[in-house]
This record gives sequence, C-alpha cells and structure tokens, in this order.
Amino acid sequence: MSRVLLLQGNQAVVEGAIAAGVKFFAGYPITPSTEVAESLAEKLPQVGGKFIQMEDEIASMGAVIGASLTGKKVMTATSGPGFSLKQELIGYACAAEIPLVIVNVQRVGPSTGQPTSPSQGDLMQARWGTHGDHWLIALTPASVPECFELTLRAYALSEKYRVPVILLMDEVIGHMREKIELPDDYSEFPQAERKQPDCKPEDFKAYATDESLVPAMPAFGSGYRWHVTGLVHDETGFPKGTPAATLAAANRQRAKIENNLDDIVQVENYRMEDAEFAVVAFGGGARTAYETVDMARKEGLKVGLVRPVTIWPFAEAQMKELAGKVKGILVHELNCGQYVHEVERAVNGKVPVSLYAKYDNEPATPAQLLEEVKKAMAAL
Amino acid sequence: MRQEFRLSGTGGQGLILAGIILAEAALLDGKLAIQSQSYGPEARGGASKSEVIISDEAIHFPKVTKPGVLLAMSQDACDKYSHDLDKDSVLITDSLFVSKVPDFGGKVYELPITHSAREGLGKILFANIIALGALVKLTGVVSAESLEKAVLNRVPKGTEDKNRKALEIGMSLIK
Repeated sequence: MSRVLLLQGNQAVVEGAIAAGVKFFAGYPITPSTEVAESLAEKLPQVGGKFIQMEDEIASMGAVIGASLTGKKVMTATSGPGFSLKQELIGYACAAEIPLVIVNVQRVGPSTGQPTSPSQGDLMQARWGTHGDHWLIALTPASVPECFELTLRAYALSEKYRVPVILLMDEVIGHMREKIELPDDYSEFPQAERKQPDCKPEDFKAYATDESLVPAMPAFGSGYRWHVTGLVHDETGFPKGTPAATLAAANRQRAKIENNLDDIVQVENYRMEDAEFAVVAFGGGARTAYETVDMARKEGLKVGLVRPVTIWPFAEAQMKELAGKVKGILVHELNCGQYVHEVERAVNGKVPVSLYAKYDNEPATPAQLLEEVKKAMAAL
Repeated sequence: MRQEFRLSGTGGQGLILAGIILAEAALLDGKLAIQSQSYGPEARGGASKSEVIISDEAIHFPKVTKPGVLLAMSQDACDKYSHDLDKDSVLITDSLFVSKVPDFGGKVYELPITHSAREGLGKILFANIIALGALVKLTGVVSAESLEKAVLNRVPKGTEDKNRKALEIGMSLIK
C-alpha cells in the first residue's frame, strides 16, 4: 500500500532519512531547513532513534561524527550561517573518513542574509568550505520526490565510500509542497551497509584497504579498537607525518572517489536528443529551466536542459561530451556565477558558455530565462 | 488546464494553511498541485502570500506568473501582490480590510469574509476557511467534496462542525 501526500522538500528529506535507516540527528534549527529538524524530532523516537537539539551547529557536527562512529546512520541539517560553522568538522569527517549526511538548504547570504529567500550561493562552499585538499560528494534535488530519492542515495554513497555527503538544497525545493507517493512500509528500501573487517580484532588496522581503497569500519563497542584523528595518519590510524604517509593518505582519499565517478556522478538530460543549445541548471533553477525548454520548443528552438544531480564531484566528462554536441551553453544559477566557471573550464572554449545569474532573492521566471536563451543563441 | 491562485494577507491569517488545503483538495480530485509561499522573517504581521498551481499536467515552475485568482485579505497584500493581474484575473478581497481596490480591468468580488467569520462563527480565525469556500464556489477548481475532506484532514479535532459551517458560509457569499 502507498500514500499520496503533499509534502515539502524538507519533509521528503525526513521520509528519505527514515527509509534509509537514520537513527540519529543532532542539529540546531535554522530557516529554511527547520522542517527537517522539526519532523525528525517527531519521527526519530518512533523508530527507536535519537534527536538532539544541540547548543550550536559546531557541536551538532561533532555529535553526528561521534554517533556515526558507533555504527549509526546520522544526519544534521542547516542553512548558510550554520553550514559555515560546520566546516571545520566536515574536514575532520573527510580526514577520518566518517560517513554522514549534511543537509544544507541554502538561503541568501553572506551572513544572516535573507533567511526565507532562495539562493544557490553555497555551491563552492559545499566543495571547498573546509580547508585543505579533500574529497566529498554533494547532491542537488530538483523536486520533492527527488528529495526522498537523493536522501536514500546520499546514505548509499556515504556508507560505500566513507565520505560526508552534502544534500545541497535551496529554499525553492525545501519549502515547496508537491505530490509524492510513498509506500506505507519502508522495509523494501535497501539499507546501505558499511564494510566490516574480516580479520580478528587484534589484527585490525583501521585504515588498511583492499582494491576498493575504502577501509572497513567496525562500530565502536564492537570489540575492534581504533584511533580516530584529524591528523594525517597511516593505516594504523595513528598520526604519521612522513612525506610518504602524507602522499598515501591524500592519494587514496582522492582515488576512492575519482576512480568511481561513473557510480557517483549523475546528470539528467531533458529534451537533449536533438538539442542544438543547452541550458545547464540545477535545484530550484532547474524548475524554471524545464518550462523554459518547453516554451523554446514550442517556438521551434532546439533547446534542451542538462541538470547535474550530483553537483560535486563536478560532472567533468558529461560537460566535455556536451561541448561536442551543442553549439552553445547557458548556465543558469541563483548566485552571481559559481558553477559556470567549472563548466567553462571543462568546455575549454570549444563552444560559447554564457551565464544567467539571478541573485535578487527570487527565482527567474521561465519567460526571463527564455529571453536569456534567445540572447545567447542570437550571439552564436 | 493550468490554474494559478495567490492567497495573500497578513502573517497569522492562515493563508499558508489555506493554500495547503486547496492543493491537497486538488490531489484528492486526482490532479497535480504545487503550493509555495513567501513570507518575511517575522512570525506575525507583514504581508504573506501562499501560491497554488493546479493542473492536469506536470507543473515545473512552482511560482505563480499569471494569477487567475488573487485573494487579498489585507490592504498591504492587495497593494503588494496585485501588480500582475490582468483583465482575465479575478480579485477577491476581504471587504473589512481592503478599501482601495486596484483597477486592472478584471472582475472584483468584495466579500465580507472576516465579518462573516465573526458574525456566523464567533471567531475571526475561520476567515481562511470561509475564503476557501468562496474561492472554490466561484472557480470550481476542486470539487466541494474534496475541499471538505481536505479541510477536515488539516483542522484540529473538535472543530470539524465549525469548519464545515465556515465552508458553507464562504460558498453562500458567492451568489
């Protein structure tokens, strides 16, 4: 049996978290992500989970790292100011390879900015917000049903690769209510599982790996003992700062992601079969773009939409391929222009890349975007 | 067919809830619907709007660009959210709060929404449900059965009869 519901994107994330088997949430409520915390406070106790409202976002991040080490699937949710506070410990989770999911429902920034207005200004922060070279994954849903699906996927990827996964949403998608059909019984959804060691506890080396380059991760309390640190460490888990150990740690953490881009990076194509011009848009901006593409098609313009679902790692191969198929590309984003630089880098001058940046706290209308598409096509 | 509604007023009048109820009624009728809202950082007061799009086909862009109906339950909201009305739009105002009606060339229904809530039910908090009754009677966008079901799904237990009555009052405002 299933239910047809009218849910907000934020509420669909909560349903996805429950379906994924999340048992721990620590956070500090902040608009426009508050409904994630509000609904999990109600639902987690019903499935034997724990909800903690912490004193701030830094402590929340520490709490989810600790809870993940005990073998639980964990979540925290925030918006711009809180996402900034979480950055140091996001780096810790990258270094110690702790699976967890951070929901960031973006608002207009910087600082307090505009709490109730949409923006995609944290795009680069999601990739490079914490210091140092590091590798992580960020996913961007464009509908309420996709909020549910990508939350499940966030746990699948996070557990498989032992990396933080950021669900990078925006206010349009987080607050919009839309139809979603959900089963009554979530037990049919596969539960992502962490790789477990196949050696005896006394032989266990915390960061020793097989060809997957992802170390096994026994839960604290399971009898396997290991040392967790943000310092560069060798396979024992204890700090080791030699050039060889430093290089090995960085290369493995990079390779475990970069060797698996086919598995991690998803891009949706809409009406791209015969398209001569592509709009690249994601999240709330993609909702405008779908309709713009339909309007353009009605006028006989061969326009399609390329929508990165995985926003980080960057869809390098897909954008390079796109440059060989179309005559021009327009990137539409709700910021002053961030993703466009990545697209330009990949396209490398092969076809013109232009930008329609919308950062006045309202999403672009389909007619506004169509006008920009026509301008860009006329300039080809 | 795609129909766009903008329900606006002052924060606290229950217009976001009214939008949710209208969208849920559309789902009960087997249609697609999207509800979105915009409001300031304040919890009460300030102009607030709740937008609903109802269609038989996929709805991509979630915001209203051609309002078929604007419900304005405050003068502020009427001034702020009536800029894109045209001759095919319909404006419904709460006559207790809106005295200055914009001239946009379309039909205007000045209804005693909050006044009827106070007179008929003793509480102005039913004004949002009365407004929904009037809006649905006027447009037929959802069936009366689905509207009633959607209202009863969302209101506190023990208030069902009063909310049914509020719908009736709302419908009776449209002759």
